[in-house]
Amino acid sequence: MLRFRVNGQEHTTDADPALPLLWYLRDELDLTGTKFGCGKALCGACTVHVDGQAVRSCTTTLQDVSDRSIVTIEGLDPAGDHPVQKAWRAANVPQCGFCQAGQIMQAAALLAANPKPTDAEIDQGMAGNICRCGCYQRIHTAVRLAATGV
Amino acid sequence: MLQIARTYAIENVSRRRLLKGFAFGGGLVLMARLLPAGARAADMHESPYATGASGMPHGTVNDPHVFVSIAPDGTVTIVAARAEMGTGAARTSLPMIVAEELDADWSRVKIAQSPGNEEKYGNQDTDGSRSVRHFIQPMRECGAAARMMLEMAAAQRWGVDPSQVEARNHEVFNKSSGDRLGYGDLAAAAAALPMPPTDKLTFKDPAKFRYIGKGNVQIVDLYDITVGRARYGADQRLPGQLYAVIARPPVVGGKLVSFDGSAAMKVPGVVRVMAVQGWQPPGTKFLPVGGVAVVARNTGAAMMGRDALKITWDDGPNKTYDSDAYRAELQRAAASPGQVVRNDGDVDGAMKSAAKVVSAEYYIPHIAHATMEPPSALARVADGACEAWAPVQSPGGTRDDLAKLLDIAPEKVVLHTTLLGGGFGRKSKCDYVLEAALLSKELGVPVQVQWTREDDLRNGFYHAVAVERIEAALDANKKVIGWRHRSASPTILSTFKAGADHQAAFEVSMGLVDVPFDIPNIRCETGAAPAHTRIGWFRSVYNIPHGFAIQSFVAELAQATGRDPKEMLLELIGEPRIVDPRSQVAKDMFWDYGEPWDSYPIDAGRLRRVAEIAAEKAGWGRQLPPGHGLGIAAHRSFVTYVATVVEVAVDKDGSISVPRVDTAIDCGFHVNPERIASQVEGGAVMGLTLAKYGNITFKDGRVQQGNFDDYEMVRITESPKVTNTYIVPHPYEVHASGVGEPPIPPFAPALCNAIFAATGKRIRSLPIGDQLKA
Repeated sequence: MLRFRVNGQEHTTDADPALPLLWYLRDELDLTGTKFGCGKALCGACTVHVDGQAVRSCTTTLQDVSDRSIVTIEGLDPAGDHPVQKAWRAANVPQCGFCQAGQIMQAAALLAANPKPTDAEIDQGMAGNICRCGCYQRIHTAVRLAATGV
Repeated sequence: MLQIARTYAIENVSRRRLLKGFAFGGGLVLMARLLPAGARAADMHESPYATGASGMPHGTVNDPHVFVSIAPDGTVTIVAARAEMGTGAARTSLPMIVAEELDADWSRVKIAQSPGNEEKYGNQDTDGSRSVRHFIQPMRECGAAARMMLEMAAAQRWGVDPSQVEARNHEVFNKSSGDRLGYGDLAAAAAALPMPPTDKLTFKDPAKFRYIGKGNVQIVDLYDITVGRARYGADQRLPGQLYAVIARPPVVGGKLVSFDGSAAMKVPGVVRVMAVQGWQPPGTKFLPVGGVAVVARNTGAAMMGRDALKITWDDGPNKTYDSDAYRAELQRAAASPGQVVRNDGDVDGAMKSAAKVVSAEYYIPHIAHATMEPPSALARVADGACEAWAPVQSPGGTRDDLAKLLDIAPEKVVLHTTLLGGGFGRKSKCDYVLEAALLSKELGVPVQVQWTREDDLRNGFYHAVAVERIEAALDANKKVIGWRHRSASPTILSTFKAGADHQAAFEVSMGLVDVPFDIPNIRCETGAAPAHTRIGWFRSVYNIPHGFAIQSFVAELAQATGRDPKEMLLELIGEPRIVDPRSQVAKDMFWDYGEPWDSYPIDAGRLRRVAEIAAEKAGWGRQLPPGHGLGIAAHRSFVTYVATVVEVAVDKDGSISVPRVDTAIDCGFHVNPERIASQVEGGAVMGLTLAKYGNITFKDGRVQQGNFDDYEMVRITESPKVTNTYIVPHPYEVHASGVGEPPIPPFAPALCNAIFAATGKRIRSLPIGDQLKA
């Protein structure tokens, strides 16, 4: 039996400990905001927070998060008004939107660890997240904006 | 809300520039030609607005009874019938056009996504950069009709003549009494009225538009996207549903011989391992290729189960497909005379009399769409009916393909279009939806099929590989007097028809035969290229290889003749004029993106103008730091004109970065400049990815790439730092044209021309890869 917290709620499960967290979130808890993009921690679409750190849920097993606290895009802010979310809207970042939950979770963790990043630190911090639509210019703008206040 | 610096500008063209160096600017010429004799500009919106929409299956629909509903509280719901994949056209720009003419308050507008049903909604095939181009006028008509029906209902309520009432911002006013009624109060009465005849509709003066052309409306799904609530293909849940992944034949045309699923069945959560029906290309359209499905209680278990399968395949006739060998085959085809698709003048004579002949051969490999959302669909087949949720570019076509597959009437199929996590042409092919339906039918429960990234890259419909060879004859004055372009590339037709091995009209007309150059002797030929994999549309399609070759070659001609590349480009485009190659193109081989020629001719003046704007804005000719270079390219595609100037920086170790991109786009009348800019910015990133990395290769019939580690994407660290967009403004009479695809074709050649300017190294073979590292 595994125990962990998701968006503040306690969960216990007898699911396969080898199951990637992503699929437990999506298919068992119906938290479908976290996306599948590559399955190999190469694109960042599945990024969630585990004890405040950005991790790729597609390669993080349930065993790995035993007794940990997980936050998904649905739990980032009760009203969806985390500074990063507000900045994303102010900068009109998304096109198709599919990668953006992962981008936002990555940016939120980046700013929690480094509230005033340099331009290079923003790019380095976001380099693990692919956007095929190519919204990078606006992603950079939005992270900067979130850091300076929306 | 904070004001964000705009990334675009509406580029008002000064009279000075229009008149500089020639008698008429392109825009003036076009306006003069479009206005019928005696017509005043203000009357233009009442004249027929001809587009190719009438030639598309099911055309367009403009009836507000289909698209608009108004609740008693005044909430206006507008139906989005096309697929939303990120351009903003389907769910934001088109409904915004309706709201504009309806004079609705956008904050009180909701969007409802329609199911696949072209008989009801008109064509839904969201590709070809056609959404705004084909639906701007029908959506204006729809909004105008709804507004007039509300006015009529109000006039009846007040017992006054309709001329005494006026709709303004969600209310109808009685001009004489000053009374007013909200749209919600009038909705029921208005809905009971017939739609006024289209030729009796009156339209807003475009000068009074408050949404169209303003860039002030954000995409309707913005909030949901930022909170994880936006629903894509894999996000729908049904009671009792199961999750499946499929092991497909690794070689196109191959099939299953046998499998052992016993280890897979031991994975916790796996409930079934089963063969899936398949069809062997070529000529099988979007039918699934079959394989072995692992069905489980969650997607992760299905994936782990698939890893444990033991399968024997019969690889079939394409098991020797090899990209190196195929490249040599295409090179041979391009080196000898092919099928003539355009002939103007005497190219052989020009070559013989030339003072100098310049030639170059270009290679553009297969690429894959790699949408961030891999294909995925949920289907429930029961009781002779089917309901499916899927991210598809062609909702109506998918519904019909499901009906055909299941041998039931189309009315028995409901296809819900979810948001698409990127499309780029991949999701015009609905094989993954058909797979879900086959499995659901077999298992009797709803089944969601999830493609992995490896599935996406290895079982796709690839952008065609191409060899392009161009030769130019120069006279003693270094003027180009002859142009021979041979293109050898497999055709998308092969996916529909076994044996098709030459590019079709719609392919050669994407940049090859429609080359708008002012050269007296032009011949274009295609070489035979049998397909050994499934070929499909990729954002901007054959404009990629044709445009890359032509726009690279222009800069090569500049080098060969000691001229500035921008001047060379402008000289080849020539004076502003309509370029009409139709009489020179082989029978039935010309296609103007399906549009009526008179509305969308090839206008050299407009191409010239975007090149001039991009060059001027980029500071063409400016002093650059060491290792930097500027490159330019201009290309017409999807009846839109785009020119891009790329500034590249090449480090000593050969790695490249792009400090700046300047792109000018002339897409006729523009609806949503903010989304146009986002397409241009994204096009630069996708263009950089395809130039730098894009390469799907085959060995022993198998795709050699599998995920983002060996099929790389440009990331934020290497993305263009700034892309500036300049939109050429036009009045409504200059038809709106494509936006989603046209930013792609000029990017790679502009980049490679910039690399040449910076280093003297000419890239003729994509991707760039390690070519600069030597």
